[in-house]
Amino acid sequence: MIVKPFEQVVAEHGPMVLRVCRAVLGPADAEDAWSETFLAALKAYPDLPAEANVQAWLVTIAHRKAIDVTRAQARHPLPVGEIPDRPGGTGVPDSDLWDALAKLPDKQRTAVAYHYLAGLPYREIAEITGGSTDAARRAAADGVKTLRATYPLEGAHS
Amino acid sequence: MIDIIPSLPVAYEVLPDRLHERLTTAAEREGLLDVAYRTLDTPVGSLLLAATPQGLVKVAFDRQDHEAVLADLASAISPRILRAPARLDLVVRQLDEYFTGGRRAFDVPLDFRLARGFRLSVLEHLPEIAYGHTESYAQVATAAGSPKAVRAVGTACALNPLPVVVPCHRVVRSDGSYGQYAGGEEAKRTLLTMEAA
Repeated sequence: MIVKPFEQVVAEHGPMVLRVCRAVLGPADAEDAWSETFLAALKAYPDLPAEANVQAWLVTIAHRKAIDVTRAQARHPLPVGEIPDRPGGTGVPDSDLWDALAKLPDKQRTAVAYHYLAGLPYREIAEITGGSTDAARRAAADGVKTLRATYPLEGAHS
Repeated sequence: MIDIIPSLPVAYEVLPDRLHERLTTAAEREGLLDVAYRTLDTPVGSLLLAATPQGLVKVAFDRQDHEAVLADLASAISPRILRAPARLDLVVRQLDEYFTGGRRAFDVPLDFRLARGFRLSVLEHLPEIAYGHTESYAQVATAAGSPKAVRAVGTACALNPLPVVVPCHRVVRSDGSYGQYAGGEEAKRTLLTMEAA
């Protein structure tokens, strides 16, 4: 059995998990969630079965961390000094699309992120988020449909 | 169907360095960093340096294939391995001093867990061979307590997990020729020439 050094897991999957955290939580909390995800993954890594799907395993951990972050925020709402007219525009070229993604309902946003950004099949997404495979497929389809409506492709950077 | 999605991933194609650093710092703090490693450019090529919390555990030459060495460390010690240079600061400083001629002996914590038995007793003797001096495989065998184990000394030197720092390059054939070296004969020549200067 070949045991992969954890550094290789970070290199191969780190950017993917960061995009997923960014999509699910937004830029402010994405890096915290990423760090907590990989620290938890490092802790559990020696016990991970050799045949495990590392991608799905990491998204599962990230999903739980995202729920923790969201719950913590609900308990301790942060006062916001000045609410900007429109968020984003921080030099990230696709911030409009990220914004559109942020406005999706939770189920759709996670389904879109886990399927299109993490590349997981709907069956695995259903295992992570709960619910059926069909529900995960529908949520992702509805999410993409809304994204298309709110983010016309003519204006998209390609 | 997914035409809109390719626009999304652009933001993070590579992991920001600060996130990697944050992970290694947290891992160290939580006691989850079983093996920290980095590479160092030296006159004998790029050296891979790896340390457990106990000390330096592996030094590997470029020709030993760093990827393969890390995979070996993952199965021999722990897969909790991260590129985390901070733990290697002291040994890097001493190696820099050694390669610029300002240091003749290393004083860093060593973790000998990758060597056992007779091989370990050979390695424990090696630092007694002074900088700029050499011993033959036969002399080392006697010093390690088994005068007849000349071939085993050769094996112990060839498999030395901590070359350069544990100076197996100071062991040469009795006819004075260099003999084998994990870093290649050229690396051995470079080290001995440097020390003789």
